[in-house]
Amino acid sequence: MSQGLITAIYIIAAILFISSLNGLSSQETAKRGNVFGIIGMFMAVVATVASSQVSGLGYITIAMIVGALIGVRLALKVEMTSMPELIAILHSFVGLAATFIGFNSYLDHGVLIGTAQSIHNVEVFLGIFIGAVTFTGSLVAFGKLSGRVKSTALSLPGKNWINLSAMAISAFLLVSFVGGDLGLTALIIMAVIASLFGIHLVASIGGADMPVVVSMLNSYSGWAAAATGFMLSNDLLIITGALVGSSGAILSYIMCKAMNRSFVSVILGGFGNETFVQNTDVDQGTHIETSASEVAETLSMAKNIVIVPGYGMAVAQAQYPVAELTKILRSKGKNVRFGIHPVAGRLPGHMNVLLAEAKVPYDIVLEMDEINDDFEKTDVVLVIGANDTVNPAANEPGTPISGMPVLSVWNASKVFIFKRSMGVGYAGVQNPLFFKENSEMLLGDAKVSVTAILKNL
Amino acid sequence: MQIGIPKEIQENENRVAATPKTVELLIKQGFSFLVENNAGANASFSDTAFKEAGANISADTAQVWQSDIIFKVNAPTSSEIDLIKEGATLVSFIWPAQNPELLKQLEAKNISVIAMDSVPRISRAQALDALSSMANIAGYRAVIEAANEFGRFFTGQITAAGKVPPAKVMIIGAGVAGLAAIGTAGSLGAIVRAFDTRPEVKEQVESMGAEFLEVNYQEEEEVSTSGYAKTMSKGYQDAQALMMAEQAKDVDIIITTALIPGKPAPKLISKEMIASMKSGSVIVDLAAQAGGNAAFTVKDEVFVTDNGVRIIGYTDLPSRLATQSSQLYSNNLVNLMKLLCKNKDGLIDLDFEDEVIRGATVIKEGKISWPAPPINVSATPAPKVAPKVATVTPEKKSNKYIKPLAVLIFACLFGYVASIAPSDFLAHFTVFILACIIGYGVVWNVAHSLHTPLMSVTNAISGIIVIGALLQVGSDNAIVTVLSIIATLIASINIVGGFTVTHRMLKMFQKDK
Repeated sequence: MSQGLITAIYIIAAILFISSLNGLSSQETAKRGNVFGIIGMFMAVVATVASSQVSGLGYITIAMIVGALIGVRLALKVEMTSMPELIAILHSFVGLAATFIGFNSYLDHGVLIGTAQSIHNVEVFLGIFIGAVTFTGSLVAFGKLSGRVKSTALSLPGKNWINLSAMAISAFLLVSFVGGDLGLTALIIMAVIASLFGIHLVASIGGADMPVVVSMLNSYSGWAAAATGFMLSNDLLIITGALVGSSGAILSYIMCKAMNRSFVSVILGGFGNETFVQNTDVDQGTHIETSASEVAETLSMAKNIVIVPGYGMAVAQAQYPVAELTKILRSKGKNVRFGIHPVAGRLPGHMNVLLAEAKVPYDIVLEMDEINDDFEKTDVVLVIGANDTVNPAANEPGTPISGMPVLSVWNASKVFIFKRSMGVGYAGVQNPLFFKENSEMLLGDAKVSVTAILKNL
Repeated sequence: MQIGIPKEIQENENRVAATPKTVELLIKQGFSFLVENNAGANASFSDTAFKEAGANISADTAQVWQSDIIFKVNAPTSSEIDLIKEGATLVSFIWPAQNPELLKQLEAKNISVIAMDSVPRISRAQALDALSSMANIAGYRAVIEAANEFGRFFTGQITAAGKVPPAKVMIIGAGVAGLAAIGTAGSLGAIVRAFDTRPEVKEQVESMGAEFLEVNYQEEEEVSTSGYAKTMSKGYQDAQALMMAEQAKDVDIIITTALIPGKPAPKLISKEMIASMKSGSVIVDLAAQAGGNAAFTVKDEVFVTDNGVRIIGYTDLPSRLATQSSQLYSNNLVNLMKLLCKNKDGLIDLDFEDEVIRGATVIKEGKISWPAPPINVSATPAPKVAPKVATVTPEKKSNKYIKPLAVLIFACLFGYVASIAPSDFLAHFTVFILACIIGYGVVWNVAHSLHTPLMSVTNAISGIIVIGALLQVGSDNAIVTVLSIIATLIASINIVGGFTVTHRMLKMFQKDK
């Protein structure tokens, strides 16, 4: 296949990738978008393999078939509640591949001279750096999400200095590498430092900030691909990398905005760098506990019902009973809708996927901004495993979550909160919602509680 | 312990202090029941139903009164008090402030007495607040009684025979009864206006769909801490009377619920106002027991004035809805027993550490414990203490020159790199920047609900990195070959896994059929 034809195919593939993302703008076109992506990928890979530059077809076929089998198995086996883990591990693969390709590109490249040589070296260096950070960072994220690593934020003394010195040493290594003094040694040392940096970066971020971390790693995996594109002078890689990179960056931005925190403060780890006086001595009053039968009775009298799910629903695997509940209530002519906070769950859009899995129609699953004004006309709100995202304290100054947009469920006539215990949420802020006169608590495992309500209906 | 349910002997009293359902609930808590023959008959609860729920039935009144715990609606008469055994616990409405004699008689019997009218009005005690339950019913029934005496529709209609205007209802006092009356009158289709001296209830009134009438007078700010309204100043009362006089001419139905605890009801509707009302208008005076809010009110009767205004002074409104009020009252009692019997062993404990029990108990083991020390109960915010602002984030000393400066430095740096770099690099860089811009535009359009599929599809397409690995497999360097084969393998996992899982997810999103 001629180089011109290959380039042409690459351009078409790039367009198909863009159309693929474009298709995700609505549920109707999303499946078609995915198909575009598959076609683009197929064309690009076939064209590359068919080009005269590629040899060792046997190895390639085996590697790709094995990879494909593993991929299919992972994708078909994964529970929707563990989507964040799968996404994280896939990020790490991109990071690792980028690191390997970077090393390869250094060890075996065409004749380069002068500036071209320097620029190529910079590209290799950056490619490996980003790739290694993505790799180890994603592995830690995977560990945290799957519960293999403790999900609380690691807080080493002087952690910001650790990060800074890692950057400084890497910058020094970059200079000496490009200057040609150290060569491969510099690359390897840098790769080790970058790996440690990636571990430390993600380890110091706590559980509920995971949506930001996963989006950020998504972004990094894109930049790693783009850097690879630069070192190989391949425009398709550059375009795809840029698409993925900006996608992840935008998602991170949306997540940060939904928590009213700056990207930097999330990345630097937890809520640790801001000190707040906790008014622990404030008497919140007493909460009222209720029973499944009472909730069922109230539901059967209500007309407008909103369900606000959070990570607790995912943990308890309660999405199926919740969907069943929704179906029954809707068959009785009630208006049941869902209100989703942007950071609910451990992945952007995680709740939507869980509810879709349980066959809740997507047009009754609404975003925070779409539903927030409707709570006043709502009879009953069921808060299932959410805490900080429905905390009225966010509207008052002086708490770690102040200014964070929240779902104003307390405006409804009645709020039932499904919770395991009366403990505080991730942000460590007591939730005055629980003590409001129109709220009642249903303590216990969300799945058990919802199933009990189903029985009572 | 055995709970006794005697039949209420007061005239016009149809309620009963237990229902088959509450009997069942309390038997689960370890109690047993002795219900007097026909105790629930007037509230439509038959002896058979009680028996099925697990209670014993007795025709012997004295035997029922010998139970360990007695549930009553009305305070016992002296002959009933004689029947109570020593050491028993009586739960009933008592009104200790109005009935000091009764309290003394009960004390002499060496028993414990819980007065359901003395339950403190705090959030936690709402589940056993029998006054609210009964007031709710009274408010509802007041509207029904008014509708019964009123000669027209409540709702406006346009019929073939002509247009019917909606009735106008004014409700005075937006407590539990007032709010219930607002809701009932509103759902019958009337135009509802409500008035209360406590401005903080305005929101509640409006949320029920009524118009809140305001008095044009500035009273000194003071928030009620007892949950009840208090007596207002003279100037305010004059302005209020003026407003009501105007309303009286306009409205068809007035329902008054104004009560000040321990005092005669305030006279709000004067003879002159009633004289100015249209013939056929109705006034329901829920304060008739305490002397009435309206002139002419006669306790337990309907009084018709010379100009044809009917004034209803019934004091037994909850009893006129006996099934409902028995249900709610007995539920209140069940909730009380939940507090008294935490171990579900059928034994009760008057724990004075609990402020709800402390407040409701008027006699403990033969000693008068009424009145209980006050608790601050108002739902409105206490006078605001300046909020403790934790740490004020210091305003960042941002220099407005920093941003332009950074851009300038960046531009210079870029210019320098561009001037020395090969043209090839710049071409790639152009592609990179343009792709970023396209990505930015496209991704902002992605539906929020599809963010997870977005991540998995970007995962798949970032597997395009496989192309880099493919180009390196044929290298002469063995390490390069091995590394690139591994890279190919894991990138393939990404591609296939990413697309497959995206497909799986997207298939799940279903529109409502």
